[in-house]
Amino acid sequence: MTFGEKIYLPSIAKGLAITFKHIFKKRETIFYPEQERPISENWRGLHSLKRDEQGRERCTACGLCALACPAEAITMTAAERKKGEEGLYREEKYAAVYEINMLRCIFCGLCEEACPKEAIYLDGPFLEADYLRKDFIFGKDKLVEEPLKS
Amino acid sequence: MELAFVIEKVVLVTVIFLITLGIAAYSTLAERKIAGYIQGRVGPHRAGPFGMFQPLADGGKMFFKEEIIPAESNPWLFIAGPCLALLTASIGSAVIPWGQDLVIGDRVIQLQVADINVGILYIFGIVSLGVYGIMIGGWASNNKYSLMGAIRAASQNISYEIAMGLSLIALLMVTQTLSLRGIAEQQAGFWQNGWFSWNVFCQPLGFLIFLVCSFAECNRTPFDLPESENELVAGYHTEYSGFKLGAFLFSEYINMFVSSAVMSTLYFGGYNFPFMNDLGLSDNVVTLLGVVFLFAKIFFFIFFFMWIRWTIPRFRYDQLMNLGWKVLIPLSIANIVLTGIWITVKDLM
Repeated sequence: MTFGEKIYLPSIAKGLAITFKHIFKKRETIFYPEQERPISENWRGLHSLKRDEQGRERCTACGLCALACPAEAITMTAAERKKGEEGLYREEKYAAVYEINMLRCIFCGLCEEACPKEAIYLDGPFLEADYLRKDFIFGKDKLVEEPLKS
Repeated sequence: MELAFVIEKVVLVTVIFLITLGIAAYSTLAERKIAGYIQGRVGPHRAGPFGMFQPLADGGKMFFKEEIIPAESNPWLFIAGPCLALLTASIGSAVIPWGQDLVIGDRVIQLQVADINVGILYIFGIVSLGVYGIMIGGWASNNKYSLMGAIRAASQNISYEIAMGLSLIALLMVTQTLSLRGIAEQQAGFWQNGWFSWNVFCQPLGFLIFLVCSFAECNRTPFDLPESENELVAGYHTEYSGFKLGAFLFSEYINMFVSSAVMSTLYFGGYNFPFMNDLGLSDNVVTLLGVVFLFAKIFFFIFFFMWIRWTIPRFRYDQLMNLGWKVLIPLSIANIVLTGIWITVKDLM
């Protein structure tokens, strides 16, 4: 080691100068919730089951998303469309019960890729925290559907 | 012992104690803010504007947390450890001269709780006693890691005390007095008899050694192996929670404050500032300005403590011991010899 390295003081001084400069540089902190981090194009957030232009649910309970899901988070029960429900559902088969267990979901987006009806998209916000396990099983009403006609 | 004297001292002690606690509490905030700014982020900023109420929140948290005393520990020693640490940290501030004398009416108020003529020796003794708090804390925890932390802390403390004492001896050869007030008075103004009056300019090596030893005495990085948060879990305060942990952490900040005050007084002129006698201000104003300047110096040193903490990596234990015994002690002895030679030569000239 050189003498300068041995006494260690010059490198301490250099280090101090570097850390001192950092005090005056721009900080990277994002002040959530007043500011939010910008999201990318490929962002995958909460699921939503989409509707078509007439406001009918696209999902036909074909089960491809449940099959594709690597975490087995999706379960559904199919039902047949009745006489007066043509405005509600797009095809004769629809999902009466559609549940995603958010604790199992890994937000991989394979269900979005697998859906043949372009019914499920992962374009929602970040999943929020909650207290009970049962509150994490999202049904058709809670956050799985777009609420109003798009 | 007249009543006015007692009242004066009681008020002074209370004020100094409150200021010490306040500064130690806000040092915790300053540490987190400075750490944040150095690391490119912002420290606490939610608890009040600029996180001003964060120390209150932290104090409240320490107060309300559950106090767990391990079943196998020694309960008396377990409680005594943090008490000792806090005690020895706090009584160090009794001999520091905070300013010159205030003259109010016909009373002369000394801004120093106790102007004993062995001021530095008292501080040194207190620092030595400070080791007990850590050792007892580590031993009473009945935990291998705490014991390791306590042993390391004790050996580190006593090793660096020696170098600190030796560098002080060189300083005392120059100042000829142990009293802190005497040392502060000798550094009046900034320029005296053709050279700077502050002791750091006539004892630069001594100051450096004293600074390094202060870091070791306060268990601050780069010498914070006793509480090395990622090696020994939390070292000697692993088993502590609630107020006792708060006492340990607080005593570290009070130690920092007292060390900064001592360093400012010994080497940087204490309450003196440049041109203090040439501005034509009244004596009381000069005294108050001196107090302000002393606190400015103390705050700079506290900032320096934190600045170094977030810059330098930790010393390994054998490197630490090597530095203390094989580098600093010979250097301080050389410093004493050089100082002696210089004084003799100056006297002969």
